[in-house]
Amino acid sequence: MKRWTSVFLALTMVMVFTLTGCGSKSDGKQASETPKTTDSTEKKEDPKPEEKKTQDTLVFGRGGDSVALDPAIVTDGESLKIGHQVFDSLLEYKEGETEVQPALAESWEVSPDGLKYTFKLRQGVKFHDGTDFNAEAVVFNFQRWSDPKSEFKFEGDSFDYYDSMFGPDGSRVIKDVKAVDTNTVEFTLAQPQAPFLQNIAMTCFGIGSPAAIKEKKENFKSEPVGTGPFVFKEWKRNDSITLEKNPNYWKQGLPKLNKVIVRSIPDNSARFNALQNGEIDIMEDLNPDDLSVLESKSDLQKINRPSFNIAYLGFNLKKKPFDNVKVREALSHAVNKQGIVDAFFAGQAKPAVNPMPPTLWGHNDSIQDYDYNLDTAKKLLAEAGYPNGLPDPVTFYAMPVSRPYMPDGKKVAEAIQADFEKIGVKVNIQSPEWATYLDDTKAGAKDDIYMMGWTGDNGDPDNFIYTLLDKDSIPGNNRSFYVNEDLHKILIEAQKEVSQDKRVELYKKSQEIIKKDIPWIPLVHTTPILAAKANLKGYVPSPTGTEAYSNIYFE
Amino acid sequence: MSSYVLKRLLILIPVLIGMTIIVFSIIHAIPGDPAETILGQKATEQSKEALRQQLGLNKPWLQQYFTYLGDLAKGDLGKSVRTKEPIAKEIMPYLAATLELTFTSMLFATFVGMNAGIISAWRQNSWFDYIIMVIALVGVSMPIFWLGLMEQWIFSIKLHWLPSIGRMDQRDPVESVTNLYIIDSIIAGRWDQLWTVMKHLVLPSIALGTIPMAIIARMTRSSMLEVMKSDYVRTAKAKGLSQFFVVYKHALKNASIPVLTVIGLQTGSLLGGAVLTETIFAWPGVGRYIFEAISSRDYPVIQSGILIIAFIFIVINLIVDLLYALIDPRIQYK
Repeated sequence: MKRWTSVFLALTMVMVFTLTGCGSKSDGKQASETPKTTDSTEKKEDPKPEEKKTQDTLVFGRGGDSVALDPAIVTDGESLKIGHQVFDSLLEYKEGETEVQPALAESWEVSPDGLKYTFKLRQGVKFHDGTDFNAEAVVFNFQRWSDPKSEFKFEGDSFDYYDSMFGPDGSRVIKDVKAVDTNTVEFTLAQPQAPFLQNIAMTCFGIGSPAAIKEKKENFKSEPVGTGPFVFKEWKRNDSITLEKNPNYWKQGLPKLNKVIVRSIPDNSARFNALQNGEIDIMEDLNPDDLSVLESKSDLQKINRPSFNIAYLGFNLKKKPFDNVKVREALSHAVNKQGIVDAFFAGQAKPAVNPMPPTLWGHNDSIQDYDYNLDTAKKLLAEAGYPNGLPDPVTFYAMPVSRPYMPDGKKVAEAIQADFEKIGVKVNIQSPEWATYLDDTKAGAKDDIYMMGWTGDNGDPDNFIYTLLDKDSIPGNNRSFYVNEDLHKILIEAQKEVSQDKRVELYKKSQEIIKKDIPWIPLVHTTPILAAKANLKGYVPSPTGTEAYSNIYFE
Repeated sequence: MSSYVLKRLLILIPVLIGMTIIVFSIIHAIPGDPAETILGQKATEQSKEALRQQLGLNKPWLQQYFTYLGDLAKGDLGKSVRTKEPIAKEIMPYLAATLELTFTSMLFATFVGMNAGIISAWRQNSWFDYIIMVIALVGVSMPIFWLGLMEQWIFSIKLHWLPSIGRMDQRDPVESVTNLYIIDSIIAGRWDQLWTVMKHLVLPSIALGTIPMAIIARMTRSSMLEVMKSDYVRTAKAKGLSQFFVVYKHALKNASIPVLTVIGLQTGSLLGGAVLTETIFAWPGVGRYIFEAISSRDYPVIQSGILIIAFIFIVINLIVDLLYALIDPRIQYK
């Protein structure tokens, strides 16, 4: 037994030596042998001939992992990013924009009453499993999403985006989908839906292989099969997802890469370290603080995602005195948006005036923002009956998590707090953990004002204004409990209106109403930053946060 | 001794049941609607309600608990609400990742910590002793977060010696069989990958092992100092045995019993508590798995994950107790 212990101890020592001591020693040797290369350790292990060739594997670094790989059953951005590589929808957004263009459907016709959409499908497209893409496949997918009793709706699945874009069961917008012939699909709507094409183009409506869904059943969500530019290969949870080039992709000459590895690296600083060390080629969500380091490195580049989001400060209209519009107006004059942009966003944001970004059509440019003026604010508070400021401290919910539209909610809240106190409004900042935060603001019992934001899903104003500020969105995303019947009428009319010009007018009008009622103080529209190796080319970020990696290549 | 082992294993059952009660009541006391958190801001009310029903969240607390316990008795750990995968299957790769990291961290901590402690005691009040004790003090109070980022900055970005994140070279991976990548790369005969896998272990192991290392060093030192004063050590010295032999052969054995306890406890705490290290080094371990389950209110994962950690913790303690008997035959079990 004594021997046993000594053997154990000796073994321990040997193992540690090999792992730590020798490890770094020989690493040092390796590094000194090749003093000129600043390449990563990873690259050094590549077989020799590979070094001559240009790189054809992309390693993408992001903050979180996917929840599931079937885009129809998820709502989180990280899942949709992978879905977009594996699946194609009938239509897609132009690169870097939100305008729709043909994808699996080559062309389409809309009946004059806006109730029938006929899509001509692209011929010769195959799913990754070799089966044919055709009208039957489209019908199969839409039936799977719309029929709550579908045998292909597997345990625990819910098609949330389908429900929210086309109405929940019982009030579906899409009445019927039928295959006219192999390459023609006809959609019949129960009522006109203006953003219909815009919706159909979303990643969550990517067409999956019916054969694969039938065969894999509930495993389809971890082994997806679509027609997209990349074929799913492997998923190591919370670690990496590996995709390989689809050699039969219907877009000629694409994708340019052979392989894409998407890695989850939760910490923003660690992700940036990995990029600098060459372990990843591109990353999302750079800390604004790291921007100066990025800009000082010649082997790295900065890529801006088009601004398509809003961060706002919402009033809880259920609470006094925030039911008083004068109070809300007073506070609107007390927020220094430009100051916030300069201090916390490293310039990567613009002050917001309306509840939707200026890059989106229908944005009302003629609306003037409430200027930052503490005297006006004090005067308005006095007019509202509070000459000495508000009597009670205000509970301000500040986001505990980092979001693309708000990297550090607490710091911004503190800046606003300082200004509010100058006009006699005491602020008590609270940042409960995210799940509680969402719950509390939705219930509206604890918070007086709160911070929140939104990134657009598709290129339609409906996805901002109706989703966030209509009375139908209570309880839910309308956390201000803001109800305005006129606004509701306009938004419903805009949903059914087929003429684009009329819709623009309706949305402009809706923004005027919102500006007058002040349910929110719109804060900023940010430009999320991606950092990449300088030799990475062809990356066109999409405003919605989901883009295909098919045009990317290395120089 | 075999009856002792059996008794210890039987005690496991009430302990684990106690664990389930504690974990179950705590997580159900946390505010926040799981349906909202799991499905996200963009989900509809209808599907949230459906999820609540599916999870049984609208049933009475006690009924939920007994359903859970019943499933557990059948060996069913439940399904993750977020990913809809069975937890028993899903947790395996995470567990393997954590075991690999914990093991190397503890090797590092034990080897460096014990030797530092021994030499400190041997050369008590020398410069070496002071320096080691200062380092141990700093080590205990060092924020892992900061240490991890510093390691990356120095060894990855500046020196390019070691990879900063992950478990292996993903560009050319080895197929997972056991999910313990050291073993997997040996099975595949990929010595190049074995080398990279080991290099990937260095920085996170040091980050994770620093605190236990410091604790072990201090524990070993004080324990050694005590033993060195005892009669039998004086006798050994008087017999003319070499200093090295006296310290490592005679004194260390008796001094190592309290140290062993510390090693056991530290190993247990590393298992579930490595969230920060796993976050910084993008290490897909069980700590992050449970942490993410907590932030998304994935009840079944939190329950089963903590239960598994508790189980391993208890097993480690059992092993430590058995090792006492191996080291010191005077310790007997009744």
